Amino acid sequence: MDLGPHAGFILASYGLCLLTVLVLIAWVRLDKVAQEKALNDLADQGIKRARPEDGSTQVS
Amino acid sequence: MAFWDYANPTRFLRFVQVVLPWLTGLCLLLFAVGLYMSFFVAPEDYQQGDTVRIMYIHVPAAWLCMMCYSVMTLSSIGTLVWKHPLADVSAKSAAPIGAAFTFMALVTGSLWGKPMWGTYWVWDARLTSVLVLFIMYLGLMTLWRTMEDPIKAGKAAAVLTLVGALNLPIIKFSVDWWNTLHQPASVMRFDGPTIHPDILWPLLVMAVAFTLMFFVLHLMAMRNEILRRRVRALRMRAASAAQPGPAGAAQPAE
Repeated sequence: MDLGPHAGFILASYGLCLLTVLVLIAWVRLDKVAQEKALNDLADQGIKRARPEDGSTQVS
Repeated sequence: MAFWDYANPTRFLRFVQVVLPWLTGLCLLLFAVGLYMSFFVAPEDYQQGDTVRIMYIHVPAAWLCMMCYSVMTLSSIGTLVWKHPLADVSAKSAAPIGAAFTFMALVTGSLWGKPMWGTYWVWDARLTSVLVLFIMYLGLMTLWRTMEDPIKAGKAAAVLTLVGALNLPIIKFSVDWWNTLHQPASVMRFDGPTIHPDILWPLLVMAVAFTLMFFVLHLMAMRNEILRRRVRALRMRAASAAQPGPAGAAQPAE
């Protein structure tokens, strides 16, 4: 596919957007892992919520 | 189940667990269709040539950076007026996503501007007001990090968010109120879009894909924030229980 004389600008735009989206996805994924690990560490120490979580997270 | 029932964080987490896979799948499908249309269906512009293809990511990113701030503004009203338990969770979680969309809009606009205007940047009203929006996002993210108590931070950030919302109409109407290199609105107009349907449809598909991506990331970030507050509450409860005397009986609210 020929993107013409300004192909570098077009590809740089799409590339930077892709990179930004990947950073956002990594941020939410790593943050979720960190919070679940913290909750599980607390549960291992016997520190749990009064009402156990029955949603998506494995905390007890 | 009423909308208000999702104020309960546990119910909200269950809702996210059900909705997220569907939203993610639809978002990926729309991105595949939108990118195919952007590169293989949409024609070149008669003046800009292929450079017009930057529009299919620049315009959705620009719309989303404003929509994200609008979501934060509504959430801030929810924090200050109704004290909704998830309102400041929503506002805090949206800020980094809004900053990322604003960054995308600024960078792609700059990369579009160089071949078309001959410059990466001019200090005109539209570009400057979007840069102010980017700085607002960064400022709000910093404010949330500087205050340890999420409830107090949420209230302070809500006030600042509402003040910053004054920038939204300035961004929208800057191209009408002042002379600028930036073109005036060509899609969201009272008299209808001025873009040819061959270019408009890929743009609309990409805009819906970007919108779904925002909601997917926002729901995921809200889920993380709820978990972070649970961790904080449990740690405070444990620390409080470890202290001797009456202070040990205190139970922090989640």
